[in-house]
Formats: sequence, C-alpha cells, structure tokens
Amino acid sequence: MAQVVPAEGGMRRVIGDGEAQPDGEVEGLTEQDLLELYRAMVLLRTYDERSVVFHRQGRIGTYAIFWGHEAMQAGSFHALERDDWIFPSYRESAIGLLRGMPVETVLAWWRGHPAGWWDPRKYGVASIAVPIATHVPHAVGYGWGMKLRGERACAIAYFGDGATSEGAFHEGANFAAVMGAPVILFCNNNGWAISTPVEAQTRAATLADKAAGYGMPGVRVDGGDVLAVYDATREAVARARAGDGPTLVEAVTYRCAPHATADDPSAYIDQERVEAERANECLGRYERYLRRLGLLEDDLVESVAAEAKEALRTGIAAVEALPDPDPDLVARNAYAE
Amino acid sequence: MPSKTLVEAVNDALNVEMERDAAVMVMGEDVGRAGGVFRATAGLLDRFGPDRCVDTPLAEAGILGTAVGLAMAGWRPVCEMQYESFSYPCLDQLICHVGRYRWRTNGAMEFPITIRMPTGGGVKAPELHEDSPEAYYVHTPGIKVAIPSTPSDAKGLLAAAIRSPDPVVLMEPKVLYRSPREDVPDGEHLVPLGKARVVREGDDVTLIAYGGMVAVAEEAARELEASAEVIDVRTLKPLDEDTLLASVAKTGRAVIVQEAPRVAGFGAEIAALLAEKAILDLRGPVLRVTGYDAPFPFWSIEDEHIPSPARVLEAAMKLLSF
Repeated sequence: MAQVVPAEGGMRRVIGDGEAQPDGEVEGLTEQDLLELYRAMVLLRTYDERSVVFHRQGRIGTYAIFWGHEAMQAGSFHALERDDWIFPSYRESAIGLLRGMPVETVLAWWRGHPAGWWDPRKYGVASIAVPIATHVPHAVGYGWGMKLRGERACAIAYFGDGATSEGAFHEGANFAAVMGAPVILFCNNNGWAISTPVEAQTRAATLADKAAGYGMPGVRVDGGDVLAVYDATREAVARARAGDGPTLVEAVTYRCAPHATADDPSAYIDQERVEAERANECLGRYERYLRRLGLLEDDLVESVAAEAKEALRTGIAAVEALPDPDPDLVARNAYAE
Repeated sequence: MPSKTLVEAVNDALNVEMERDAAVMVMGEDVGRAGGVFRATAGLLDRFGPDRCVDTPLAEAGILGTAVGLAMAGWRPVCEMQYESFSYPCLDQLICHVGRYRWRTNGAMEFPITIRMPTGGGVKAPELHEDSPEAYYVHTPGIKVAIPSTPSDAKGLLAAAIRSPDPVVLMEPKVLYRSPREDVPDGEHLVPLGKARVVREGDDVTLIAYGGMVAVAEEAARELEASAEVIDVRTLKPLDEDTLLASVAKTGRAVIVQEAPRVAGFGAEIAALLAEKAILDLRGPVLRVTGYDAPFPFWSIEDEHIPSPARVLEAAMKLLSF
C-alpha cells in the first residue's frame, strides 16, 4: 500500500528550462486552467510583495513572507474543489484569496484588526494557524468527519518542514492513516525553520519518507514547479476521494526571503544560494513556460499584474478605512453563552 | 427511578444523548470494544456502531485535535481522556485551539466539544493516575468546567455539556465511580451548567467543595458542633457566584476544600471572589483545606495528601473561634 518515491532523483517536475530540460505537460489542464494558475500566482506574489511594503510603512504588523511559495499554494489549490477545506499555516495566510476572500480580510488579520477573523464555512478555509503543526489534526478530523457523513469533500493541511518535527504532525498523520481520512498533508519544505536547516530537523533522507512510517503514500515534488505540484496534489485528492486515505506531499523549494519581516537571515543563510534560487523562482519559471507554449504575451502579463496591483490597492484602502475595532470585543466571543 | 453509580449514570447520559442527537459521537482510548477502562462507554459500540463510538490511537492531542476538525464537519464529539493525567498532552490543543476557535471566528462558529475525564485520587492507583488538574482547564478562556459529585449530577451535567455550544471539560471523580449509588432520573435529564447545589443548609459556616471533596465536607459538617452549610460548586466555570455569596452572607464564614495542590488552585479563585464581593459579610478569614504543593504521593500515603474530614473540621473550628 505505501509507496515512497526515492529520495534521490525522485522529485517530480513538469516545467523544463527551455534548454537541456524539456517541458512536460499535465494531462487534462486546459489553456484556461494554465492561465488561471498564472493569475493565482501573480495575485499571491503581489499580495506578498505589497505586504512587505505595507509592513515597512507601518500599515500592517509583523508579516510572514511567502515569496517563492506561490507555485506550491496555487498548484495545490487548483487540485481542490469548492467543498474541500483548506487548513493554512501563517505561511499560507493569503490562500483564501483564491477562494474569493477579500484582500482586506487578510490584510486586516495582519493588521491585528478583528475584521481579519472570518467564518471558516464561508470560504472552506480554516483560521490561519499560528502555532506549528497543531492544525494538522484539525484537517484530519474534518476529512474524517466528512467521510463519516458520506460526503466526498477532503481537506488539505499546509505546514512547513519544521512542522514535521512536532508531535501534532505525527499524531495528525497517524490518525489520518488509521482513520483512512481523505486528507492531503502538504509540506512546503523550503529548507529552513527560521534559522534551522532541514538537515538539523531530521535524519530522514527526505520528509516524504516519513509517510512510509504511517502507511500512507509519500511523494516528492519540485515546489517551484506549479504544474508538478498540481499534478501530485491532484493524485492525492483522487486517492482521498476514492476512499484510499491520506497522502503526504513534500514540495521542495528554497526559502529566498526572510522567515518574516522581523527576521534577518544574513546571520545564517548563504546569500549566494539565495541569489541563485531567486533567479529561478517559481513565477518566472512558469511565465517562461507559458511564453514557450505561446499562451502568454507582454500585454497579458501587464494586465494580470495591473489587476493584482489594483486588488491590493483597493484592499489596503479598505482596511485602512475600517472603523476602529469595538473595544468591547476584548470580552466577547470566547463563549456562546 | 433506577439506582445507579456515577459511572453508570455517565453511561446512561451518553446513551440518551447519542440516541437523541445523531451528531454526537464518542471517541477515545479503549472506549469501544473494551467499553472504557472504567466502563463508562460500555455498550455504545454495539448500539451506535464504530462510526459513533471510536477506538482511537493512543494519542490524546490527536484525539482532541481531530475533535476540532470533527466539530467543523458538524459532529459533536465527546472525547474521553482515560485519566486526568493523560490529558496533559491535549492541553496544547485545548489552549491553542479548542478555547479560542469560536473567538477566532468572531463568534460565528461553534465548537461543541465535550472532554470527559476521571479525576482525583483515593483509588490507590500508580503515579499520574490521581491528579486534580481542574485549574489548568478553568484558567483557559473559552472552556467551561464542571465536576459532579453525585450520579444524578454526573448524568445531568454531562448531558448539558454535550448540548452546550461551547467546549466543556467534565471531570468525573473516580473515587465516586462505583459508590455510592443513588436514584437517577430516567431518560433525558439536564443539570444546567453554572448552577451550584446547596447540599446541606446551615447557619454558622459555609463549607465549599466540589467533586470528591463534597462528601468530605459533608462528613465534617455532620461532626461539627455548629451548623454548617455545604455547597457543591458543581460548575467551576462559569461559577455560580450568587449561591456562594448568598451562603456566605448568611454564615459569614467560608472554608474551601480542594484536593488539588494549594497554590493558584480553584479555591484561591473562590477566596478572591469572597474577598471582592463578601468582605463586609465575613467574620473571619477565608480558609482553604487543600492538597499540598507536591506531586500526588505514592498511594500508600495518599490519605495524608487528600483533605480529610478531620482537616476540614479543624479549619471550621478555627474559623468559628476567630
């Protein structure tokens, strides 16, 4: 039952480099899908870059940067259906935008304004999990609960490489396998948990290898390749819907940005490696791929970028126009009665 | 009314509530085939099937963590922690999520999760089977906490916990699991959360207790030469301040009995309440009779740790002669 893609040479990839590595393709994706993925990545990238600026301008608080994670988020998201629930960590704070959540809601969250809380049922997006890995069992419980009710919905939990050291990850993964829960455990392995490299997190050759211990399939995919991420997640979703239980997806990338606006990685990171990785970042890779396919030209690039910038411009204006929160809220909402 | 022990009353409540509401499910270690180590869940697997009475992996944080997701999927999970001390791993989920999630949705979403656990000592069990950790739970915003001291209250409080839109920790004194018995109402029976019970009326001193300490306070009250009122707090959070204040207004004296270690225990909260709201009624200091600030001892000397009627009596007499 359990399959583990070998650590060496086993990383899935679709997008080539236009030279030695040929492009692949993912069956079933239409041109419209491919452009939708592009729009999603640009929206996330724009959200992230503008948020760093907003933070510097004092318009939002400390912000967890996800620059370079857009392919992992948009690619995996595209494999979901509307009824599937998303359990984000703070690194996926803006993933709700892909479900129609207003930009100002996410900005309000980072601004510390109660308008940044939402009803998870409205978007099928759980609250942003600030503690590490403790939301993994929530996704498992949700998927399990829907299965018990005879529904076909599944759940995806996003977490980082550091989270795989937490007990909550282990308990969640084990419960998922034992209960046959329709869940995708999506690990965005960007190589760093603040200053701790993944080599100091585990002696496992890959994080996907951990799946074998739970008796579930584990796959490893190039996290900078939006199509490979989509493809691997789509397989995991299909497995979940077929009643074959959870999958651990390890998407591998390299963190090219600080952990958060409060972090200065110069003390611990190899800046040359960062520069090399930035040159091959996921949005640029995908854009070049689409250009090679003839699906993307300058005017579309410009209009998609303009649309995303406008969304952020109106979003920050909306959040700044919010009335000050009601001070009475400090004592409300902990209890229903 | 049939006569039942406390654990039988718990089982009765689970049967009634699961029959009444198909969204109620029971989950925990050994709750299914074995019927729970104390038999609180006996028969539920046969009656309601393996989807609604679930033997889980041995992982308390996983039990409570998945219960959060189950609640999101429309279930009303009743989680059993096998012993109170085994519940410590689930504090992470309780503090980080269970008590906060409703607040985190601006009050839009309910998390009707019940966490049941045996609590307290007096049963001569190994280390970490006899703690009284109620203060950890009471201190967590978003959580309600109830501790019954009779079979009827156990049934009624558990039913109220299951129906509550808020997460409730129900702590069942294991020393009372098998005795005494009492008549317990058949069928649906609710004891509202947030209401204390006047166990015994009296005029000279109020003995305030909960769980396994109620019987200790009652025994002291019987032996005391003055007239003692005994209050069973029943729900620690939300606390029935009115009943406590009314009693102390009458007696002017309060002794709080708590099995848990003394410092920052729940008795301190009651004492603070009386200091704030009953200061002009008090004729002497509020006294506490508690366990010690030490781990619950090896069971051969556990009776030295657990407050005894003699210790309560001594405190009451000291207060009466203040």
